[in-house]
Amino acid sequence: MNMTSIIFSREFKSYFTTPVAYVFIIIFLVLAGVFTFYLGNFYEIEEASLKAFFEYIPWLFLFLIPAITMRLWSEERKTGTIELLLTLPISMWQAVLGKFLAAWAFTTIAIMLTFPIWVIVNILGSPDNGVIICGYFGTILMAGGLLAVGSCISAATKNQVIAFIIALAINFILLLAGFSIVLDAFSGWAPEMLVDAVSSLSFLTHFDSMAKGVIDLRDIIYFVSMIIVWLYATAIIIDSKKAS
Amino acid sequence: MISLKNITKMFGSFTAVNDLSFTVESGEVLGFLGPNGAGKSTTMKMITGFLTPSDGQITVGSHDITEEPVQAKSIIGYLPEGAPAYGDMTPEEFLIFIAKVRGLTGSKVKERIDAVIKQTHIQDVLFKPIDTLSKGYKRRVGLAQAIIHDPKILILDEPTDGLDPNQKYEVRKLIKAMAEDKTIIVSTHILEEVSAVCSRAIVIDKGSIVAYGKPHELEERSQYYGAVTISFSEDGDFSDVITSLEQVEGATSVKFDEITERFTTFPTDKKNGTDLFNKVSALVESKGWDVKEIHLERGRFDDFFRSVTAGDLESKTEEQCGDKPSVPAKQDEGAQQ
Ligand SMILES: Nc1ncnc2c1ncn2[C@@H]1O[C@H](COP(=O)(O)OP(=O)(O)OP(=O)(O)O)[C@@H](O)[C@H]1O
Ligand SMILES: [Mg+2]
Repeated sequence: MNMTSIIFSREFKSYFTTPVAYVFIIIFLVLAGVFTFYLGNFYEIEEASLKAFFEYIPWLFLFLIPAITMRLWSEERKTGTIELLLTLPISMWQAVLGKFLAAWAFTTIAIMLTFPIWVIVNILGSPDNGVIICGYFGTILMAGGLLAVGSCISAATKNQVIAFIIALAINFILLLAGFSIVLDAFSGWAPEMLVDAVSSLSFLTHFDSMAKGVIDLRDIIYFVSMIIVWLYATAIIIDSKKAS
Repeated sequence: MISLKNITKMFGSFTAVNDLSFTVESGEVLGFLGPNGAGKSTTMKMITGFLTPSDGQITVGSHDITEEPVQAKSIIGYLPEGAPAYGDMTPEEFLIFIAKVRGLTGSKVKERIDAVIKQTHIQDVLFKPIDTLSKGYKRRVGLAQAIIHDPKILILDEPTDGLDPNQKYEVRKLIKAMAEDKTIIVSTHILEEVSAVCSRAIVIDKGSIVAYGKPHELEERSQYYGAVTISFSEDGDFSDVITSLEQVEGATSVKFDEITERFTTFPTDKKNGTDLFNKVSALVESKGWDVKEIHLERGRFDDFFRSVTAGDLESKTEEQCGDKPSVPAKQDEGAQQ
């Protein structure tokens, strides 16, 4: 069997050995439901779509994804199993990728379990299911990007609480990079090119078009390169910090 | 084969391992000794590719550990310090995971797992989460994990730490049995373990080698080698024993150990221990002493170990003692101003 998949399956199973995973999924589903049907004025807008769902899900991820990633590497460093893992005949990249993919698979399952919401929408009306599938695709891609950020932060500290808080802060900035709240901090002094660059880094800008049913290759490339860059940073940080 | 050439490891400006060189051949068990913080674990972490040396070259089998890390790691079995393991897994799940990563497939997985379970005596805990195991069992699971792929090279960081006496005996037997076709490095703080399992020993202190040799050679370098020790059957008046022993030809000094109540006579020439033994025996006979035990010392490893590593310990305590009075003195000055 391929090394990455061996690491992946050990890590993936470990999510389900404690009740935390189930609690997490339940919280996620309840919040997704509340946001969609309640806060999203689902019944008032009288339009059969998952617009509200996709609008709120980035904000759910803001908190829930750091909760998934905080232990990813911190725990390995704290318990010393990182020494075991990295003296096995695997490359650093296989270890980083295997663990990341397990976190991504777990998150994808949580996302998929929101299907009752989709069923309800289909019962209540006739939504454009193409748009919804596209939205789900975007959601999973965005989750991958946020998870990669969390993986990198988790590699940098043994303390899970710190890993959670920092990942949350960085995810917040990355989500909002295209909004005036972040851009205003730059626009006063920074050259326009930099402001544009920051704005183009925004998770939300890239996610929004997918949530509306538009698949643009550039958005996909954006998320995939986000994932690669943050995982690459994860590997570098582990390599330099593993001893301490 | 394992070879280290001029290995140095710096942590910031602190030198944990300083210009270390040695070679271990297949069939050898190298004992790795040294006080706490000497750099034993750090060296093992470099050999197994976890840490990168600041300088020098490490060859494991025919692979350079920095140039071909995956190939080198695949022939190494490693028990890290403290035997870390995934606590949420059971030993069975854990061993299956390691076996797969180690490239075992099909029936080989079960075959090898069964073998190491027997070798490390972990049948009873196979299905309990590792987190709930006692320290000794955890260590044995760590050992099982290290030998599962029958590696050519075995690096064990304190494998018997935390084991009960029976298990210590078993693990030593296991290491000896495996030695034949493997290259093994074992670190330990238990000095009798060295004579029991190692064909060679290295003592390091502050990152540098301070002694290297076969265990009996190192023992012979202790001041006790060739000394003659006697003890008496009953309490009595031993006032003239020391003076009489001191006057034996070929004796330099006599030491009385108050705990064991033994008199040890040291020779002028360590190699002439038998000579001294005969002379002391003759003295015992002529004096009519009621001696319980008389023996020729073969050298003591702990004594040798202390003599090569404790030098700085003594000077440090002296320094501290010298420093102490000056601290309150300074405070007094401050108070007067
Ligand atoms: N990551 C690190 N950063 C800074 N210093 C370190 C690090 N790891 C080890 N050291 C220092 O290097 C020295 C050697 O440590 P090492 O763990 O190799 O000792 P040891 O010989 O295994 O000791 P022990 O018998 O206690 O296990 C110690 O002074 C230790 O504090
Ligand atoms: Mg150590």
